Amino acid sequence: MAVTKDDTMPVHSSEDIVWVRQAVRTWAVGLGFDLVDQTKLVTAASELARNTVDYGGGGTVKLEAINDGVRHGLRLTFEDHGPGIPDIKLALQDGYTTGSGLGLGLGGTKRLVNEFDIESRSGEGTRVCITRWK
Amino acid sequence: MVERIAILKMGDFLLVTIQVDMHDRLAITLQEDLTDRIASTSAKGVLIDISALEVVDSFIGRMLGNIAAMSRVLDAETVVVGMRPAVAITLVELGLSLRGVRTALNVEKGMNLLRASLRSPAE
Repeated sequence: MAVTKDDTMPVHSSEDIVWVRQAVRTWAVGLGFDLVDQTKLVTAASELARNTVDYGGGGTVKLEAINDGVRHGLRLTFEDHGPGIPDIKLALQDGYTTGSGLGLGLGGTKRLVNEFDIESRSGEGTRVCITRWK
Repeated sequence: MVERIAILKMGDFLLVTIQVDMHDRLAITLQEDLTDRIASTSAKGVLIDISALEVVDSFIGRMLGNIAAMSRVLDAETVVVGMRPAVAITLVELGLSLRGVRTALNVEKGMNLLRASLRSPAE
């Protein structure tokens, strides 16, 4: 898998969430994603960025344009050093929330992308990696 | 300086056109401003135009639901108009169906819906 371009952005405030949305939109357009796929990617990024701010106490997102030899893709990795998610299986269920959201964050976000990978350790933080292929 | 989204009064209705990519606090401010204005103007309807919004995530979706619910309690109807097709597809896949929020394709149809609800109040 080749990474053709990458960038890392801070995710600490509600303004940062807007910047992340705009960056993901620009990258998705640049990679030639159609409008629906752009919208799904930006929405997924918005959900995860908000989780990073609200539950993770802030963190970063790494944007990567990738190519597996056949397809182009956009990979986003959100990382924080917050309290972590004790029960990931539960957190991925629709309707589950501990905060002010709708409880659609993780389960819903998973449906908007092709690959979804989450790692979390209690007391150490959370890392969520999503990829959408074109 | 406090950023705000303008709320226009037109007869018995309040009109809001969201033209910026709202950060969360701006969305909360709009929600509070709208409920204040409904109470102070005795508005009978609220029309929210989201045709410029390229993304509606769960937070904005929740805000739209809250506005609809709060305005109902204050005896006003809310109609959300102009949702882009790509946004609608994404929202449904995300699992958000905006239950309790009335929608219309454009401002004209939304206004007709509000006028009709004034003539025959919802049961």
